[in-house]
Amino acid sequence: METFWLIWPGNPGLSALTWVVGAMLFLYAARAPMHELIRSSGQAIAGPLRAASRWLAAAAEELHRRNRAVLLGQARQDVESRIEREFERVSALVTRDLDGYPALQRKLMDEITRIEEDYRKCGEVPPAPPEWVETVAAVAKVKSGHEVVQRILEDIAASMNKMHEKAIAEYRRSYESRHRILGSFLPFWRSVEKTMARVDKKLEGLQSSAAAVDAQMEKYREICAQSDKAAHALTVSAFTQFVVSLIVMAIAAGGAFVNFKLIALPMSEMVGAGDALAGNLRTSEVAALVIILVEASMGLFVMETLRITHLFPPIANLHDRMRRRMLWTSATLLVILAVVEAALALMRDVLIADKQALIQSLATVPQPPAATDGWVGAIPTAGQMLLGFILPFALAFIAIPLESLVHSSRTVGGIVLLALLRMLAFAVRLAGHVAKHASRVLVSLYDVAIVLPLLAERVGRRALASRPAHAGEAVPALDIEEARRAS
Amino acid sequence: MRPTASQQLMLIAIGLAVAAVHLLAGCSDARVGAHAVYMLIDTSGTYAQEAGKAQRIVNYLLGTLQPGDSLAIARVESRSFSEKDIVAKATFDSRPSQANAQKRAFQASTDAFLKSVKGSRYTDITGGLLQGAEYLNETGAGTKTLIVFSDMQEELDRTTVRDFPIELKGIRVIAINVVKLKTDNIDPRLYFGRLEAWQKRVEGAGAAEWRVVNDLERLDTVLAKR
Repeated sequence: METFWLIWPGNPGLSALTWVVGAMLFLYAARAPMHELIRSSGQAIAGPLRAASRWLAAAAEELHRRNRAVLLGQARQDVESRIEREFERVSALVTRDLDGYPALQRKLMDEITRIEEDYRKCGEVPPAPPEWVETVAAVAKVKSGHEVVQRILEDIAASMNKMHEKAIAEYRRSYESRHRILGSFLPFWRSVEKTMARVDKKLEGLQSSAAAVDAQMEKYREICAQSDKAAHALTVSAFTQFVVSLIVMAIAAGGAFVNFKLIALPMSEMVGAGDALAGNLRTSEVAALVIILVEASMGLFVMETLRITHLFPPIANLHDRMRRRMLWTSATLLVILAVVEAALALMRDVLIADKQALIQSLATVPQPPAATDGWVGAIPTAGQMLLGFILPFALAFIAIPLESLVHSSRTVGGIVLLALLRMLAFAVRLAGHVAKHASRVLVSLYDVAIVLPLLAERVGRRALASRPAHAGEAVPALDIEEARRAS
Repeated sequence: MRPTASQQLMLIAIGLAVAAVHLLAGCSDARVGAHAVYMLIDTSGTYAQEAGKAQRIVNYLLGTLQPGDSLAIARVESRSFSEKDIVAKATFDSRPSQANAQKRAFQASTDAFLKSVKGSRYTDITGGLLQGAEYLNETGAGTKTLIVFSDMQEELDRTTVRDFPIELKGIRVIAINVVKLKTDNIDPRLYFGRLEAWQKRVEGAGAAEWRVVNDLERLDTVLAKR
């Protein structure tokens, strides 16, 4: 046992008491500077923390402002392009559907004129009876009974009947021809009806486009006004977009993994399987990965040149002819890679079969051949080849969610960073408060440790205070301070 | 002058290609991930009858080793520190199809040796270990395994000198099918003492691992790293 602290050897109690008393006296003597030291330390910690907290809060505010500006700026650009696209659509609609409208109207007017004429013809009154009708009437007034008159009348009757039949036939022919004309107008009327229905439908489309433009314009106005409602809606929209893009990217990553598994083994026939780049990562696996990434890049370029995505402004700004050339180049490379992958998938099957044959020949107990011969055994091979061909094209579409992810991640990242900054500012502020109050607690604890000398001091002071003060005796400065504190 | 879009794309493509070539070709040692196995087959006395089991182990190794790995089979004779005792050796091609063809040829040559094996008078295990260590170190493989298919009873003639420290640094030594001798059956302490002596000698030589596998159903532990 250590005994160096024993002042009186053999009497640890007394030694300890001596130490305690000594320490207490020392601490009492050092009370004022120690209090100052503790308070200063507390302030030295709390002050910078408070300043840091203020700086973090200001940074958070600045970030919030910038986030909002970027969000609204992006949204304004987005809405502008949407409105532009809507106008283009409306313009195309008007150009396509209403361009031929004057010709159609002229045609309609011509046909209507013809119909009116025909209608007029249809409405013509029969010709007036011939003049000999009056003669017949005069003859009819002649007294009957004369043989000559009777014969004449009979001749006239026969002649009239003949004329009547002829007139009737003429009228029938005339009406038949008019009916034919009217009948020939039937398909035209149907066509006119269809055309009118189509025009009506297009006009409805035009109306809906106009409504969409109105909605976008309303949104644009809100964004320009920088309203909180617009900012909130855009933030929520960015989060939704981010999550959806992330899910789609995860699905695409699954597809890429399947693709990787398809070509990793056969790639070892091209670049070798024995070399490991790092740990268990073989060269063939890296090569397979590179091929998949190249496919995704080609898909990205195809999407860019088609102007579906806008990740690379230089591509979007290319001349149309150059852009088309680039599109064909990327698409051709993509097709070539897809064909290569299909071939690699076939090779994979061949390699696995070879490995199986080797394992069978090495097996001590002969194994029966697998019952997958014939067309059933060809299904997995065909499936692999098909997958190998299709997956590169499916991967090409990864550009769309990627763009969405990139765009929305700015907003989401900004908001997450803002939240972190605010949390940090709060934590730092809290730590500053804790340091400040801890110094006060330490001061009190210090006084608790030297409670006995303090008690003695208080008693002594009371005794001094109870004595009548002599004239001209100066009151100790310490007492004045104590009194001030007490008040 | 600002580069055009096509020039930028070309630069990106060239950069990616250079990075890929660098990654594929030169940034790491290609043999670090490879596995080299050297198998010593004891052909002395009655142990030569265990050739069937040896064939089984060789087949297991051929089925398990990957393209780029190395395998050598050597016999333990009266004096085994010689390249002549290596029955077959191969570093499998990095292309799987070629590696499979090599394995078939390897199996054929090992099969022929094991069918015509003749018992030797003495058993120079130490010489075999030294030869094996030399081969394994030359392969430069990341993992080196030395399999000793023997009863671990070393018998040397008077002129052969093997009582010196050996160097097996970084090599895993696996004793397989260490059969019990008649004397071991009488006094098992002889068997355990023999194994303990070999363990002490192998570990003293700096071996990465010492293991005894007597159950051939557990051959998967031979190539498994501890």
